[in-house]
Amino acid sequence: MLAIFKRELRSYLFSPLAYVLVAVFVGLGSYFFSVILLSTRVADLGGYFANMALVAMFIAPLLTMRLWSEEEQKGTAELLLTSPVTMAGIVAGKYLAALVVYLLAIGISLLYPLILGLYGEPDWGPIISAYLGFILLGATYLAVGFFASSLTSSQVLAGVTGIGILLLFWIVGWLSSALGPGVGQVTDYLSVLNQFDDFLKGILNSTHLVYYGSLIVTFLFLSVQNLQRRIWGD
Amino acid sequence: MIELAGVTKRFGAKVAVDDLSLRVERGEILGLLGPNGAGKTTTMRIITGYLPPTAGTVRVADVPVPQNPVAVKKAIGYLPETPPLYAELTVREQLAFVAEIKGLPRAERSRDVARAMEETVTLDVADRLVGNLSRGYRQRVGLAQALLGDPQVLILDEPTVGLDPRQIIEIRELIRDLAGERTVILSSHILPEVSQLCQRVAIINRGHLVAQDTPENLARALGRAQRLEAEIKGRPEEIRAALEKVPGVAEVSVGEEVPGRAAGAAASGPGEEDAAQAISAVTLGLAPGADPFRVREDMFFALAAAGLPLLALSAEQLSLEEVFMQLVVEEPAAN
Repeated sequence: MLAIFKRELRSYLFSPLAYVLVAVFVGLGSYFFSVILLSTRVADLGGYFANMALVAMFIAPLLTMRLWSEEEQKGTAELLLTSPVTMAGIVAGKYLAALVVYLLAIGISLLYPLILGLYGEPDWGPIISAYLGFILLGATYLAVGFFASSLTSSQVLAGVTGIGILLLFWIVGWLSSALGPGVGQVTDYLSVLNQFDDFLKGILNSTHLVYYGSLIVTFLFLSVQNLQRRIWGD
Repeated sequence: MIELAGVTKRFGAKVAVDDLSLRVERGEILGLLGPNGAGKTTTMRIITGYLPPTAGTVRVADVPVPQNPVAVKKAIGYLPETPPLYAELTVREQLAFVAEIKGLPRAERSRDVARAMEETVTLDVADRLVGNLSRGYRQRVGLAQALLGDPQVLILDEPTVGLDPRQIIEIRELIRDLAGERTVILSSHILPEVSQLCQRVAIINRGHLVAQDTPENLARALGRAQRLEAEIKGRPEEIRAALEKVPGVAEVSVGEEVPGRAAGAAASGPGEEDAAQAISAVTLGLAPGADPFRVREDMFFALAAAGLPLLALSAEQLSLEEVFMQLVVEEPAAN
């Protein structure tokens, strides 16, 4: 697993894709940060994170689309699948590599609270909880993106599928007002962005941790099953 | 060492491999021969555990492949048709990566990588990016990574495809050197390659095993149109008369004098003497089913009895190409 992780991270660092995606992430992030800060003149990152949660929805599947599709496309899947490594090891190594790239992008965004801290007196609680939530949110996006990549040998298809699934997990929340209480509560709960709101308010609720954690585990498990199916299914 | 029993693989309605049974003994080099799309790659993928068979069992080193894939994968070095390499790694990094995923202990990795590079003569490109290598070198690196961990079994899928003639010869020599104690299965649609490298050939067509034997036996067993070529000293009509009496000979044609070989032709003048001294090239067509060894023996004694010296005799065997064409072309007709 460690070998897979190291090689995958290396591939990211040697491919323009990761740099372009991080640049887009940081570029849009800086735009949101400065425009919101200058217009509201409030030292807080709520608006920034609310926008970036959507941006990441597009960035993450593009980051993960190559993870398995490229192996299929270039024939290196045959090397991995005929080597004495477990599927879970392959999936974990690759997923962690994508997660590290995502964390690097978030690392750059730590400049914003630094600026706020230098020139204002921000309320640190919500900022820290928002960062925590944003990491969980991104980790969920990446797991969904990986699953999409495990479905196909085409990177474009993987990217589009990943974005599609994530958009579905967002707009499902819109149904709740139409469906009323009961079912509405369920769709409300399923929405990835609704779960993120509490983090922005500075609330750390274990139900959100369970929600994101179970989505991550589910999609990674489905990815493992998918690779297994390639071997065992017809 | 490797045993396939009744292996069948279907992709939807398409049957890629149909009830294939095959045994490869320890230390043997088996050639899988067949036209493109015959099921060679699928068979190899089933042996390596990359694809599960729809039916039938595969055992490598007495371990059933599906039950213990990790142990089997450790025992096999596999070179797919396109060597699975990461373009952004250097040769050394690529091999180090494979050594690691093959689970080699840390202490042995760099030694094993160096050994594999030495065996495949890739040391001089060790620090170049795999993506910048020529096809021949990529193939070598592919072989090197198959050799990591010193597997007992090597599975090589079309190892010389797409190489230039010089590279082909190099890779063939390499495979011959590497085989050593190892059990090797290699696939090819190039016949001379298989007959040069392999002790045994299995011919596959449309997923069926059509024939398997040594390259010589395959040619011999199908030697329906076998011919014998001889050089015989004596009068052509005497030669013809003597040979036509030999059982198993269907056709005798006494050809031209072998040029420059007529013993003493230059010294003696034309006449009786000269015709008796002439050496003729004779071609014998054998009757179907005749035992070519028996015919050669009988022929020798017949000629000796007639006082006609036999100066040279060679059996012209069907080339593997001809055997292959017969098998592959005849098979659809037999269905």
